[in-house]
Amino acid sequence: MLTDITIGQHIPGSSIIHRMDPRIKILVTLLMITILFFIDTFIGFLLFLLLVIIILLTARLPIKRVLRGLKPVFFLVILTLFLHLFLTRGGEVIWQWRFLRIEEAGVFTGFFMVSRILLLIMFTSILTLTTSPLELTDGIEYLLKPLARFGLPAGELAMMMTIALRFIPTLLEEAEKIMKAQKARGADFESGNIIQRAKALVPLLVPLFISAFRRADELALAMESRCYRGGTNRTRLHELKLKSSDIYLFLLAVGLAVAISFF
Amino acid sequence: MLIELKDIRHIYQLDDPVVALDGVNLEIERGEFLGLIGHTGSGKSTLVQLLNGLLKPSEGQVFFEGRDINSQEVELKEIRRRVGLVFQYPEHQLFEETVARDIAFGPKNAGLSEEEIENRVREALELVGLDYESFKDRSPFNLSGGQQRRIAIAGVLALKPEVLILDEPMAGLDPAGRRKLLELLIHLHRELEITVILISHRMEEIARLADRVLVMDRGKIVLQGRPAEVFTERERLKEIDLDLPVVTDILKKLEEKGLKVRTDIFALEEARDEILSALEKQSQFRESRPC
Amino acid sequence: MSQIEMQGVEFSYRAQQDKALAGIDLKVEKGEFISVIGANGSGKSTLAKMMNVLLVPDKGSVTINGLTTSDPDNIWQIRQQVGMVFQNPDNQLVATLVEDDVAFGPENLALPTEVIRQRVDQALKTVGMDGYQSHPPHKLSGGQKQRVAIAGILAMLPDCIVLDEPTAMLDPMGRKEVLETISRLNREENITVVLITHFMEEAGLADRVVIMQEGRIRKTGSPREIFRDTGLIAEAGLDVPEVVALANQLRQQGLSLPEVMTADELVDSLC
Ligand SMILES: Nc1ncnc2c1ncn2[C@@H]1O[C@H](COP(=O)(O)OP(=O)(O)OP(=O)(O)O)[C@@H](O)[C@H]1O
Ligand SMILES: Nc1ncnc2c1ncn2[C@@H]1O[C@H](COP(=O)(O)OP(=O)(O)OP(=O)(O)O)[C@@H](O)[C@H]1O
Ligand SMILES: [Mg+2]
Ligand SMILES: [Mg+2]
Repeated sequence: MLTDITIGQHIPGSSIIHRMDPRIKILVTLLMITILFFIDTFIGFLLFLLLVIIILLTARLPIKRVLRGLKPVFFLVILTLFLHLFLTRGGEVIWQWRFLRIEEAGVFTGFFMVSRILLLIMFTSILTLTTSPLELTDGIEYLLKPLARFGLPAGELAMMMTIALRFIPTLLEEAEKIMKAQKARGADFESGNIIQRAKALVPLLVPLFISAFRRADELALAMESRCYRGGTNRTRLHELKLKSSDIYLFLLAVGLAVAISFF
Repeated sequence: MLIELKDIRHIYQLDDPVVALDGVNLEIERGEFLGLIGHTGSGKSTLVQLLNGLLKPSEGQVFFEGRDINSQEVELKEIRRRVGLVFQYPEHQLFEETVARDIAFGPKNAGLSEEEIENRVREALELVGLDYESFKDRSPFNLSGGQQRRIAIAGVLALKPEVLILDEPMAGLDPAGRRKLLELLIHLHRELEITVILISHRMEEIARLADRVLVMDRGKIVLQGRPAEVFTERERLKEIDLDLPVVTDILKKLEEKGLKVRTDIFALEEARDEILSALEKQSQFRESRPC
Repeated sequence: MSQIEMQGVEFSYRAQQDKALAGIDLKVEKGEFISVIGANGSGKSTLAKMMNVLLVPDKGSVTINGLTTSDPDNIWQIRQQVGMVFQNPDNQLVATLVEDDVAFGPENLALPTEVIRQRVDQALKTVGMDGYQSHPPHKLSGGQKQRVAIAGILAMLPDCIVLDEPTAMLDPMGRKEVLETISRLNREENITVVLITHFMEEAGLADRVVIMQEGRIRKTGSPREIFRDTGLIAEAGLDVPEVVALANQLRQQGLSLPEVMTADELVDSLC
């Protein structure tokens, strides 16, 4: 379960999607997320899903992996679905049992919300799976640069993100190891009521936080010793250069977005 | 027979599955001191996690006193109490406010009485060579790395395990700390008759301590036997990138140069005596200086 | 002028605490290979951090190629000249691709892209990791990760590399890879090496060994000199390498042997 989280795990590759300029990718992702919140027809969602699938195939990403990334939000999805099913009122009554009642509008909004969440996660995973964290931060840094004059430390923010992303897999591994070590001493993470379970997490969370701090400390030292002094005044091995193909892809994405939002 | 592994395969299910163990059969007797060696990724850590049910094998069975530990009837909690596992860098799992409470975590989970728990904590601390009164109320986080390591090991010893497994317990310790830990292991094995399984990259340690050595390579046990049997297989070990203990290496090289020495010796004193007597014989033979 | 000069260096992490360094005098010459050994908590890591301005002394002075570390204007120049490799490879790799990680230092030095590219490729070649440019580091073995970390330092063209227990978490193969890389850099590129280690055989590879105890330098000398003094070694909570221990044992029994550090030397002097 812990290792299911896909956001922040980069799968290197050489597809068009992988090679796309990260700035464009981020903008397109933002655009698509916005569109996602305006779609309110079945066809719209279907088209969007089709788009996601096409991108997945072009990027040659393992579909299984992307789907597994949805597992952690499963609970949220079910909850959303049920809340809408039973609480949203409007349209014909489809099903009723004592005070529980499902109405037509509930089914629709439930379905839409769930589709939105799932597609949103999938689309963002595509971004992080195909973009190395360093590219991602370069992109974000660039896009935030205009805000620097209002005092926003774009470079530092970007660096913090990179590191967060770089350490997510490491910390997940660590969590699994600590969990095993405590289980070896008889800890029980699976049974009991909610309060007992929350309490059982202490032996996991305390060492995990300590470890995160220790790693952060060591990483900070390692970075400093390699002359890192904040985001300013750095050059890049991979300078961001817009290729003409990036422009085409961007325009294509905008076109698609407009098209989808018409349905 | 205390523990038995039968036709074990273990596969980590990732995007590209990793076969970590592939056809492992193993029998462990009560009271043995087992050394486990093999280069990185050969499956050592995976193997030991099967022994107390932290991992379930993809195929095959693990028996403890004849019972399949992954069957319905067996309580894994009981197995984990009787088979203690000390992970690499165990001090990274400390979490309580005081040393005593951290060590008590295992006994508490086992449902022991307050009084029994206190006794266990006291005994465990004394075993690892730390004074109960002066350490029990200290925060484990304000101790030196070596002390933290010993507290963490005490946390496992407090369960009074019959089998103690240690996964590279010496990494990062200074020579004195390492020697102390080795002495502790010898004590646990000889005096308390605990079955010990030690994973280590230091061939000297394994050669001197273990009754039996298991050599792993790519998920298989490729060689096993008494240290004297295993470490005389120099060519075989070299094939899988393992070194000989330094003393064995020296004796082998002497043998190659024509000095008649035994090569199945690991203790320094024995090696010294062997070399001296071989040199003596040789010089009697030539009645001059050695060689 | 020595490359690294420490004079009367004292340091404590917190005001009331015992001194982590209690008066250190040490000189390291350009191109030298020294190793530092000592019990846990004897101050080795603290000493290493002084060489790279990660810490500055409370008292005394540290100068690197004539630049004093207590002058903030010198920090970046010194850090470019003295690189550091730490124990845990996972906590010092910044990026998710090998080449991006090696490029991190040169990027911080604000070098032009072409220069960075060239330095990255050269550094990876030097440590024998050419061809791994676009691998993710977390899929490498421990020894490979440490060599990438070393490449990251080399790409800054340093004069000196300080390694704080770089082999502690590695298996014997990984250790061998890293040690061979370090020795080669010292021999062929004339890079000064300071190696901190708990493996006595590793310390034996150096030109000079420094023994630390309770924040002080107990003794420095050639490995042969150092490991001859078994009383001091025991007092400092250390050990002699197995080969030396066996040779000492033989000598005690009246065999006359020259001083040896390696198995081959011992075997040759016996036969
Ligand atoms: N939690 C895990 N998830 C996925 N793969 C794993 C996991 N743990 C180990 N592996 C893989 O299984 C194989 C065996 O690993 P294992 O940790 O048992 O080796 P080891 O002999 O203990 O190595 P080391 O000496 O480095 O500790 C390796 O290829 C490793 O990458
Ligand atoms: N960040 C810190 N805060 C407070 N005290 C510290 C810190 N780091 C080290 N110390 C203390 O300073 C002293 C010297 O520590 P140092 O880390 O230099 O030892 P070391 O020789 O590197 O030990 P080891 O072999 O365990 O790595 C020790 O007493 C230690 O407890
Ligand atoms: Mg292991
Ligand atoms: Mg240290």
